[in-house]
Order: sequence, then structure tokens, then C-alpha cells
Amino acid sequence: MSDISFRLKGSVVTTVLLEIHEPILDRIRIDLTQKIEQVPHFFNQAPVIVDLAKCRTISLDEFEMIVKLIRDLGMSVIGWRAKNNLPEWAEASSIPQLPDSKSRDMKVSSVSDEVSKEVGTKRSDTEESSVIVKKIIEEKRVNQPAKVITRPVRSGQQVYAEGDLIVLSQVSAGAEVLADGNIHVYGALRGRALAGVRGDEQARIFCKSLEAELVSIAGNFMLSDSLQNNVWKESAQIMLVDDNLEVAPL
Amino acid sequence: MAKIIVVTSGKGGVGKTTSSAALGTGIALKGHKTVIIDFDVGLRNLDLIMGCERRVVYDFVNVINKEATLNQALIKDKRTDGLYILPASQTRDKDALTLEGVDAVLKELAEEFDYIICDSPAGIERGAQMALYFADVAVVVTNPEVSSVRDSDRILGILQSKSRRAERGDAPIEEHLLITRYHPERVSAGEMLSVEDVEEILAIPLIGVIPESESVLKASNQGTPVILETESEAGLAYTDAVDRLMGEERPMRFLDVQRKGFFKRLLGG
Ligand SMILES: Nc1ncnc2c1ncn2[C@@H]1O[C@H](COP(=O)(O)OP(=O)(O)O)[C@@H](O)[C@H]1O
Ligand SMILES: [Mg+2]
Repeated sequence: MSDISFRLKGSVVTTVLLEIHEPILDRIRIDLTQKIEQVPHFFNQAPVIVDLAKCRTISLDEFEMIVKLIRDLGMSVIGWRAKNNLPEWAEASSIPQLPDSKSRDMKVSSVSDEVSKEVGTKRSDTEESSVIVKKIIEEKRVNQPAKVITRPVRSGQQVYAEGDLIVLSQVSAGAEVLADGNIHVYGALRGRALAGVRGDEQARIFCKSLEAELVSIAGNFMLSDSLQNNVWKESAQIMLVDDNLEVAPL
Repeated sequence: MAKIIVVTSGKGGVGKTTSSAALGTGIALKGHKTVIIDFDVGLRNLDLIMGCERRVVYDFVNVINKEATLNQALIKDKRTDGLYILPASQTRDKDALTLEGVDAVLKELAEEFDYIICDSPAGIERGAQMALYFADVAVVVTNPEVSSVRDSDRILGILQSKSRRAERGDAPIEEHLLITRYHPERVSAGEMLSVEDVEEILAIPLIGVIPESESVLKASNQGTPVILETESEAGLAYTDAVDRLMGEERPMRFLDVQRKGFFKRLLGG
């Protein structure tokens, strides 16, 4: 039995980032409802961060309406952020304001025992937690062998790998493959593929024929309607470049 | 060793029972002692298609509950030597089947029969899982339309993960694709998926394509498995499928739009 009542631990959760460009509630409702209908299970109960960095002006009222809309659609808002574009009501909102995601950049350089010792010494709260986050990511990255799947991943099945995932066959529509690292599919990718699910923005997806319902890297996703313009049904790789998913032929 | 073949699909009404009756009859005609089990508790269809509904006294659930012996419940087919039917109960609910019970019945049948055909109920839940759990071979019945293909894909996932072979880490269930209710005209009109489309999506070997045919309904109304109708394209296509299931090579037939109607149309017929 331990004599402490709690323990503090850092953790990384994949979240949906909702970038608001214009605070037009009706349009957001229509577009968002449509997206959710395509992949309901992806959004169900998903934690959402509302990003206001690219939104010209938004009142607290408008913001709170958006938060309510998101909740009504079955997701939960865990915070908001705005980079340098802070609204004047920033202090007044009851929803937590979150730091910019770059603050938890995943460099594995100087994270060592020394750093974790320092955590004990006086430091500000945000610095402490970012150090802990780094450390967890480093641990995850150490020799995680790839998971190799030799048979098709069928509709309704889900495969998750802590490291890289290699599928030597197809991923059917209605199937889902997830990995902390990269995903390779040496067949048609018709279902959903989510790489870097713990936040690794360097993760990529490779597939022999891109026919996916959804691809996602470190929480940045793209649905089949936007994928179809480009390298559809061909060998492709998907990577994250400056917060945007890029699809390139192989 | 008896071979256990499950005829399954996920979706209902695609032709599982029709196919179970045809394949079972075809295998028995080749001289293998065969039994077809109706797993569709509560619906009881197989005995109608086999034309033995008036001879049902005991059923599968009675045997599982030890209310009857296997020999009392098995119905010997009147047309085909070496063919038997184990009917489903019409009255019991689906929970009457248990894995232990099914296992015991299959073990007893395996001592006597070469082939055990399990006609699965629709769905991907308990009833369908019970029918496929002990299988060595699966015949996945699919209609050339998107929803049926999707359900077949789900069933293939269940065969891979929830069967006894999967749980024990044995060699996986042998999977075969049987496309039924194929309508060449509607395929060429783009209203149905083609054989190639379905093969590409499911990626398992094809053992047959059964055309949509009125003779299927006619035969089942008469209680005759359609494979015995040697004038019918559907019957011939099932015969080919049985041959392929037994490892023989047969060219595919009845896949093209028939042209015989062309002159009729030309003459205004
Ligand atoms: N090749 C076919 N051509 C025309 N009708 C068919 C064909 N195969 C099946 N049917 C019809 O489809 C219906 C459903 O068939 P059935 O074998 O009972 O399906 P399941 O067992 O999958 O529910 C029946 O009315 C049957 O006569
Ligand atoms: Mg049936």
C-alpha cells in the first residue's frame, strides 16, 4: 500500500483540432455534421481543441455557442488556443486556454535522468509538464519492434501497433489500423489509417493503393472526399508538413 | 476426418440456404457421406428447400438438449444417397444453441460423415458465430452489391479472429467466395458489381458464380435442391462450384450477357 493519495503523470492524448476560420455557427454546424457522419466512430466522444489562431474576430458569445455545438455533436471541448491572436475575453472564458502545440515538440535530445531530477526543483508548472511529456515520448520510442500483419484487415477489425505497423495485405473499407509510428500497407488501403496516434508528427503512412476512408497523422486527418483529387488508387505516402497533410505519389 | 464447411455471408437473403442445399447435395452425389445442419434456429428453411419438412420430428436443439438421439433427428434424403439433414427448431429461441452442445453434436457426426455443412443464419452475432466456430472451410456467399460485399468482408474478419482455428492458432479456415444472384445484364448496365470488382474487394479465391434464375425459386417451391435441375443454369453453376470445391478445375460459365434475345429484339419480339 502506498501512503500517498495521488500521483502526477504526464500523458499525451490524440485530440481533434478544430480550426475556426469564420465564427458562422450555421456553417460550422453543417460542415461538422457532415464530417462526423462520414466517420462517426472517429469523432464519438473525441477530445476537441478549438483553435482560434486563424479566426479574425470572435466574441465570447460566439465562442461559447461553438463550444455548445461541439458538445451537442457528441464531442468534448478540452480547451482552446489562439497563438498570437488572443481575443480580449481570453481571461473571462471558463474553458481552459492551452499553450501552442509547438511547446511539446518531440525532440529526444536532452531528456535524461538529469532533467527528471530537475523537475523536482522549483520550476513553473508548464515547464514541468512539458518535460514529463518529452520523457514519456522518449520511452515509447525505444526499440519498439514493428508489428507485421500478413492477412487482410477486414471490415470491423482494428489493429494497433505501439511502433510501426506493416500490413502485407489489404485494409478493407470499415477496418481501422493505428500505430504510434509509421503505417505501411502493401495492398489497397480502403479503410482508416491513423499513424503517430501518440503525437509523433514525423510518422508517415505508405500504401500500395490509396483508397482510404480516412488518413491521420498525429491527429491531423483527411477524409476520402479530399483524398480523391490526388494520387487516388495509386501508390502513395502521406506525411505531415507544417501542420498540413501532404499526399505524394511513391 | 470429417470436413466441416460453413456456408455464411453476414447479410440475409443472399442465398446461403439455397447454396447449402445445393452444395451438400452435390458433394453427396460425388459419393461422400454428407449432412447439412440448419443453424437458423427459429426460422427453419433448409427442410423446406430440401423438401423434407413433413418428416421433421426432432431437431438440432432436441439433440443438444439430449431430448433425442442424433439418429432420431437426422432425416435421410429421399433423392440422394448418403445425404442427411439435421433440421433447426422452429420454436426455440436462438440461445438454445451452446458451443459445448454444438461441439458434442459435431463430434458425434464426424464419426460417421465425410462432410458436415453448416447453414448459417444471417448476421454476425452469436448464431452466425456458432455456425462458423468449428469450421475447417468457409463458403462465403455474396451478392454483387456493395452492402453484401461489405458484410462478407466482416464475416471474413470474424472467421479470422473468432473461430476455433483462430483461437487455437491452427491453420486458418480455408476461405472460398461464392457469388450468387449474378445478373450479367445488370452488371453491364453498371447496376451491380462485376465478378472482378467483388474478387478485388474480398481478395479470396472464387469457387463459383450462380446466375440469378427463376429455376431457383421454382425448385425451392417444389422442395428440390436446384443442383438437381440439370436444365437450369443455376443448377449447372452449382455443379461446377462443387467440382471446384473438391479441387477440380472448371471454366466459369454464365457470366456474359446472353445474346440470344438480340434477334428477337431486332425482329420486334
Ligand atoms: N441464384 C438465384 N436466383 C434467383 N433467386 C435466388 C437465387 N439464390 C437465392 N434466391 C432466392 O433468394 C431468397 C433467399 O435465399 P436463401 O437461400 O433463403 O438466402 P439466405 O439463406 O441467405 O437467407 C430465396 O427466395 C431464394 O429463392
Ligand atoms: Mg437461410
